[in-house]
Amino acid sequence: MNRFLADARLVAAKDLRIEARSRVVLNQVAPFALLVLVLFGFALDADQRTLRAFAPGLFWVAVLLCALLAVQRSVSVEQADGALTGLRLSGMSPAALFVGKAAAVFVQLVVLEVLLTAGIIVLYGSEIEQPLLVVATGVLAAVAVACTGTLYGALASGLGVRETLLPILLLPVLAPVLIGATRAFDDALGNAAVDGWAWLGLLAVFAVVATAGGALAHGALVEE
Amino acid sequence: MTETMATNGTTTGSRGSRVLGAATLLGLATLLLFAFGLTEADIRLHPTTGEEIGQFDAVRLLYLHVPLAVFTYVAFVLCAFASAGYLIRRTPWFDTMAHAAAEVGTVFCGLVLVTGSIWGRPVWNTWWEWGDVRLMTTLVLFLMFTGYLALRRATVDPRAAARRGAVVALVAVLDLPLVNRSVEWWENRTLHQKSTLGELKIQDLTLFTLMLGFLVFGLVLAWLLLHRFRVGWLEREDAEHGIAADIAERRAAIDEGDVDAAVGEGT
Repeated sequence: MNRFLADARLVAAKDLRIEARSRVVLNQVAPFALLVLVLFGFALDADQRTLRAFAPGLFWVAVLLCALLAVQRSVSVEQADGALTGLRLSGMSPAALFVGKAAAVFVQLVVLEVLLTAGIIVLYGSEIEQPLLVVATGVLAAVAVACTGTLYGALASGLGVRETLLPILLLPVLAPVLIGATRAFDDALGNAAVDGWAWLGLLAVFAVVATAGGALAHGALVEE
Repeated sequence: MTETMATNGTTTGSRGSRVLGAATLLGLATLLLFAFGLTEADIRLHPTTGEEIGQFDAVRLLYLHVPLAVFTYVAFVLCAFASAGYLIRRTPWFDTMAHAAAEVGTVFCGLVLVTGSIWGRPVWNTWWEWGDVRLMTTLVLFLMFTGYLALRRATVDPRAAARRGAVVALVAVLDLPLVNRSVEWWENRTLHQKSTLGELKIQDLTLFTLMLGFLVFGLVLAWLLLHRFRVGWLEREDAEHGIAADIAERRAAIDEGDVDAAVGEGT
C-alpha cells in the first residue's frame, strides 16, 4: 500500500512539475475559463440578474470545458517521446499510475475552480451563502471529473482523432456530475431552495465509483 | 471485403437467416396492419363534461415505441455481457457480439427517441420535455453508445478497439437501470406512465397488438443481430486474410529474387 501511494505520488508530482515548467494550464486553460464566462455574458446579453440566476450552471459548464483541455494535456504529455511506454516498463501498477494521473488533473481542476469562483463573484455578482457546501461540492466534483476524465483520456489516447473523440465519450458520462454540482451550487449560492447536501451525496457516490472503476479498468487499457 | 466474400462463397445470409428474415418482414407487416388499422384509437369521454379525451390516434405509436424500448435494453444488456465476456476470455466471438449488439441497440435507441418524440407532440403537447428524467437518461444512453461506436471506428488495432470498447460499454450500461427505474424513483419528475400495461385500459385487441409488437421486434433484433454479427466476423477474417495474403505475396516475390517488388517500389 505504501508502495502504491509512493508510486501515485511520483506520477502526480511528475505531471505537476511538467505543468509548473510548461504552464500550459495556467497560461492557456485558465484564461480560456474566464473567456467562457465572458462569452456566456455576451450570449445572455449581460444582464446581471440573469447571469446571477444561471451562474451555477454556467460555472459547471465552464469547468467541464476546461476539464476537457486539462485531460487532453494530461494524455498528450504521455504521448511525446514514448513516455507511456517508459511508465509501463517502470513496473508501476496501472492503478497507481491512474491515481497519480488523476490526482494531477484534480489539483489543476481545483485551481481552475477557484479562479472561476472568483470569476462568477466579480462578473456575475454571485454571493456565497454556504462556503462549506461550495468547497465540498468543488472538491467532490473535481475528484469525479478528474477520475472519469483520466479513464476516458486513456481510452482515447494514441488515436489520431483523440481531440474530437474525447468530448463525445466523456461529456455524456459527466452529465450526472453537471446536474449534481449545479444543484448543490444553486443551494450554496442561495439561488434556489433545493437541498444541496443531498446532491452532494450523489457527487460523493459518483466520485467513489469513478475512482474505483477507473483504477480497476486502467489495467486493461495500459497493457496494450 | 466483397471480393473475399465472393471468393469464399460466403455471405451473411444462410437458410436459417432467410427464414428468419421472411418471418420478420411478414411479422412487421402484420404488426403495422394491426397497429395502424385494426385497433381503435384511444378516445374516452370525460366523466363530467362529456368531452372526448385520450391519446386518439397517437396511441398507435406505442405499439412500436414500447417494444423498441424493451429490446433496446435487451441489446445493450447483451452488449454489456459480451463486453465483460471479452475482458475475461479475450476471444473475438465476444467482441464481435458486443459490437453487433451495441450497433443494433443504438439504432433501436434512436428509434425509441424519435417515436417517443412524435408521440409526445400531440399527447404531451411538446416534442421534448426537459423535466422528464426518462427522456434525459435515454438521450444520455444514446449519446454514450454513439461515442462507443465512434471509438470503435477510430481505433485501428482491433484488439485495442475491443478492449477500449468493452470498458466504454460497461460504463455506459450503468445508465440502463437509471432509464428503467427512473419512472418509479422520480415520480414527480416524469410524464411517463408507470407501466403502460396498467395505465391504459387494455382490451383484448390492444393487448394482442402490443404482445405482437414484442414478438415482432424480438425477431427484428435477432435478425439484425445475426447479420451484423456475421458482417463483423467476415470483416475480421478479411483483415486477417488480407495480412496473410500480403505476407505470402511478399515471400513469393523474394523467392523469385525480385527484391525491388518485395521492398516496394520507389525505394
